[in-house]
Amino acid sequence: MTLLTTIFAAIICTIIWYRDAPKSEMKVGHLCWMFWGASLMWLIDAIIEYGELGAEYFTPAPVDMLNDFYLGLSVVALGLVIWLVILLVKDPKGVVKAALFTKK
Amino acid sequence: MACFLVPTAQAVITTIAAKVLKSKEKEETVKIYLADGSVEEATKIPFSAKLGWLNKLLWGGSALLAFEHLWHGEIVPFFPFLTAVKSGETAEMLAEMRSAGVMMSVLITAVWVGMLAVASVIEKRALRAPKPAEEGV
Repeated sequence: MTLLTTIFAAIICTIIWYRDAPKSEMKVGHLCWMFWGASLMWLIDAIIEYGELGAEYFTPAPVDMLNDFYLGLSVVALGLVIWLVILLVKDPKGVVKAALFTKK
Repeated sequence: MACFLVPTAQAVITTIAAKVLKSKEKEETVKIYLADGSVEEATKIPFSAKLGWLNKLLWGGSALLAFEHLWHGEIVPFFPFLTAVKSGETAEMLAEMRSAGVMMSVLITAVWVGMLAVASVIEKRALRAPKPAEEGV
């Protein structure tokens, strides 16, 4: 469920990135790299788990599924927070700079 | 346990490599042919920028996986930071790093190599002049 949540986040971010490319004012590319990187790593975890459990891997207990989804959402939230910090520090639109200085 | 440490170590190495490469690279200006037949001058993306794709995949993935390990109590914010080391399961942890960790690094590198191959094909296509339309067709 964590893998699935992250993959969906990666797909949505990639679509948003492609729609706005080649401009990258919102720096959505950072989110794409982050979510795709994590998705690929969790894919390995999933493959290893599938190797151990077999078909049982696809029928998790509802509690485990809910916990994994909760983790997935938390991971997406953390990714968004990291992206927001990068966006505000890099400030490609100069919004933070404009808020700190008033024109005479 | 601590599988994400392998891609993190790789990220440190590739980030240093990208910085070294960037300082040595020179801009390469090329002519690209657009779909409408017009020609435009453009700067080719250097290899260090492409290595940056791998860095971002590795750093981003490692950061989110570190959070997952924190969530499961496999890493802690105090010494020795790894629960497996504290509970004397270092051998199991290292075995997991050798299997899952190395596989993660290999998969991400393989995806990046695939991206390089696709980028190379797109670059070659853009640099190739379109063939003039054959007469009488």
